[in-house]
Amino acid sequence: MAETRSVAEPYRDARQQRDAAMLGMYVFLGSEIMLFGGLFAVAAVMRLLHPAEVVEASKALHVWIGAVNTAVLLTSSLFVALAVDCAKGGRRRGTGAWLFSAASLGAVFLAIKVYEYSLEHAEGLLPGLGAPLKVSTPVQRAFMDLYLVATGLHALHLLIGILLLLVIAIRAASGRLLLPERAIVPVTAGLYWHLVDVIWVFLYPILYLAR
Amino acid sequence: MTALQERPEQADRHDRGLSETDTERQSYLRAGHSLGSWFFTRDHKRIAILYLFAITAFFMIGGAAAALMRLDLLTSAGDLLTNEGYNRAFTIHGVIMVWFFLIPSIPNTFGNFLVPLMIGARDLAFPRLNLLSWYIFVLAGGFTLFVLIAGGVDTGWTFYTPLSSMFSHGNVVLAAVAVFIAGFSSILTGLNFIVTVHKLRCPGMTWDRLPLFVWAIYATSLILVLATPVLSITLVLIAAERLFGLGIFDPKLGGDPLLYQHLFWFYSHPAVYIMVLPALGVVSELVAAAARKPVFGYKFVAGSSIAIAVIGFFVWGHHMFVAGQSMYASAVFSFLSLAVAVPSGIKVYNWAATLYKGHISLDPPFLYGMTFIGLFVVGGLTGLMLAMLAVDVHVHDTYFVVAHFHYIMVGGTVSAFFGALHYWWPKIVGRTYPLVWGRLAAIFIFLGFNLTFFPQFLLGYLGMPRRYHVYAPEFQMLHVLSSAGASLLGLAYLMPLVYLTWSMRYGAPAGDNPWDATGLEWTTPSPPPKHNFDEIPVVDRPPYDYEIEMEGEDG
Amino acid sequence: MQKTVSFVFVWFALVLLLAATVTASFMLKGPAGLAVSLGIAFGKSGLIYWHYMHLNEEEGLQRIAALGAGAWLLILFAFVCADYLTR
Repeated sequence: MAETRSVAEPYRDARQQRDAAMLGMYVFLGSEIMLFGGLFAVAAVMRLLHPAEVVEASKALHVWIGAVNTAVLLTSSLFVALAVDCAKGGRRRGTGAWLFSAASLGAVFLAIKVYEYSLEHAEGLLPGLGAPLKVSTPVQRAFMDLYLVATGLHALHLLIGILLLLVIAIRAASGRLLLPERAIVPVTAGLYWHLVDVIWVFLYPILYLAR
Repeated sequence: MTALQERPEQADRHDRGLSETDTERQSYLRAGHSLGSWFFTRDHKRIAILYLFAITAFFMIGGAAAALMRLDLLTSAGDLLTNEGYNRAFTIHGVIMVWFFLIPSIPNTFGNFLVPLMIGARDLAFPRLNLLSWYIFVLAGGFTLFVLIAGGVDTGWTFYTPLSSMFSHGNVVLAAVAVFIAGFSSILTGLNFIVTVHKLRCPGMTWDRLPLFVWAIYATSLILVLATPVLSITLVLIAAERLFGLGIFDPKLGGDPLLYQHLFWFYSHPAVYIMVLPALGVVSELVAAAARKPVFGYKFVAGSSIAIAVIGFFVWGHHMFVAGQSMYASAVFSFLSLAVAVPSGIKVYNWAATLYKGHISLDPPFLYGMTFIGLFVVGGLTGLMLAMLAVDVHVHDTYFVVAHFHYIMVGGTVSAFFGALHYWWPKIVGRTYPLVWGRLAAIFIFLGFNLTFFPQFLLGYLGMPRRYHVYAPEFQMLHVLSSAGASLLGLAYLMPLVYLTWSMRYGAPAGDNPWDATGLEWTTPSPPPKHNFDEIPVVDRPPYDYEIEMEGEDG
Repeated sequence: MQKTVSFVFVWFALVLLLAATVTASFMLKGPAGLAVSLGIAFGKSGLIYWHYMHLNEEEGLQRIAALGAGAWLLILFAFVCADYLTR
């Protein structure tokens, strides 16, 4: 019974502890969905009130950069899924390597995002920096405000995810994280990563592809 | 009160309970004496005590702000506070009382203490998260106090746009950050309870054997987790507008300030049920213990908690009846708001039916329970009036609304909080308090409360708007009555502080089950040991299985 | 090994769906375009939830917990949109 070692105080057995961790993470992710849900509601209302202007504003965004970034995130999710599979099989090196790759792709996403922001700044589309804006309608300005808040909040979540994956990658590779007994750690961190991916899956069509 | 445990030295008549009992030596209270053993504890019972200290402090700060307001309202001119000062006082009162007293009050103290005990668990599912949640809460609270000292906020606790985003001079951003941080504490606490109730029930503790308090805390937790994040993002948007000019609610940019109200009340109306549902759960326990009968319609009382939590998400638009919302939306929201009365009514009727032919004991907890029921009914019925479109137009934003929600929040939740405190105090500290003083405090709270807030119904109906401190002279009489009641209420609230503190040292040891009540928490020693149960209990009986007394057997 | 293969297949499907949504955005406009792009987004997140987020291995309770918040958001959307559409 290698598993009894990792059962903590309020739990009777490893199965109960694992179920509680999974349920807790799903509930937490539910609260994340509600957090971004408020922003999606704002986007819905904006489109309801000003359909034509929102489409115009959306066309000014860089569709292809967004598409590439979506692909980067989807691929990182694949890597996390593979890492979790390794962790469950007790393969320490594989876990570390896949998690590290996923975190690197997260960093690539952020780098592309920063490049995109700088393009938009040069085009006079990015609010909040004090520079004079070259927006054609007030609604475009409001749309870009929403774009900045939504993508910024998403980027912040991604940054947290990158740090999380890196820490777990190092702990897994170095053997400080017992695998497969404590596979729940990469599993729950992976859930978080996938959710950040899912949020982007919705942000991308709503912000970039409004036509 | 029956079954008092004897003093440690039974023969020593001078021993006023000063010496420790054996149970106390092994209890969670004596498991470590250092500050670190408290501030780094993962024991849900100790964390509950930490919360109790924190929210008592916030209750006093919020109460002090209320006292300032009531003092200023004694005269129709604004003599005591400036206009700005008065705005800041009611903002302090609202923000502190809502987020730092009412929302955490019962769940984070009694929920923390009792949920594991009631379901036969050794702790909550995530003990470290529980402690983290307390630190986040205290950090947010400290931050709020800092904001208050560094200039204050004048928007009211609702932070309505465009006042908050474009016109207010106060520290709106900092206040928003403080409430945002407090939200994390709410979410983590709710998450912890949800997982605990699902995964840590002891063998035999099926859902239809769960104490009604646990049902209520579970329903509350669902709201905490689902509603709080929407408030968080709304506050982020307010802060973004003030800091970076990102005008998402700005009408100049085609935004809509009403959208703010939609998002805000999507959280804040369910938040009302965060505040009152745990109180409903407490009262169910108090009523059953006082009547010494199984709860009438247990399944309906349990289900009505869930129903209130769910329907509570469908009614927020009744805060926007006169704000320019679509009249069709208003009509639907009006109907749904009336529907919340059904599960609330189920609870009140079932309590009444539980008490019917019960062998009722008038101990302090039940006096608070009765206070709750009476005031909750008044608050609930006036809530129905406010849910009706035509009536609401007349009394919207008047003292009628203020009186209504204080009947629910203060008359209801705070009374239930004190009821819980008096009912479980012997379990928490292991000592009993003087019952006479408990009864007196309950009666004074009831009288003081009604004297404070009943005149406000009249004021509001006559047209006194809320949030004004300069008013027409004909309202003065009623304002003076209200302020007089507030002084009585304030003193009554201080009474338990004195005799409960006294009881910790001089009270008689309580014994495991001083009220002779059912429930797993009463099977443990008072105060319970660090790990609650030596062996995880097995439940084989229905909840509240009091023996029903037959006619003629007893009086 | 079998899992690895299925994970890669899911990834392939996700990338195809991404290509589909971008293509659709050039062809469809207005409500139809919105419906298709949101439909594809739900399809993609369904794949991620089911395969990458382990919902295929979990029990009912965990599935409800994972998807409940998404359903709950519909309350916010339905009533807010109803208000704006009937003003």
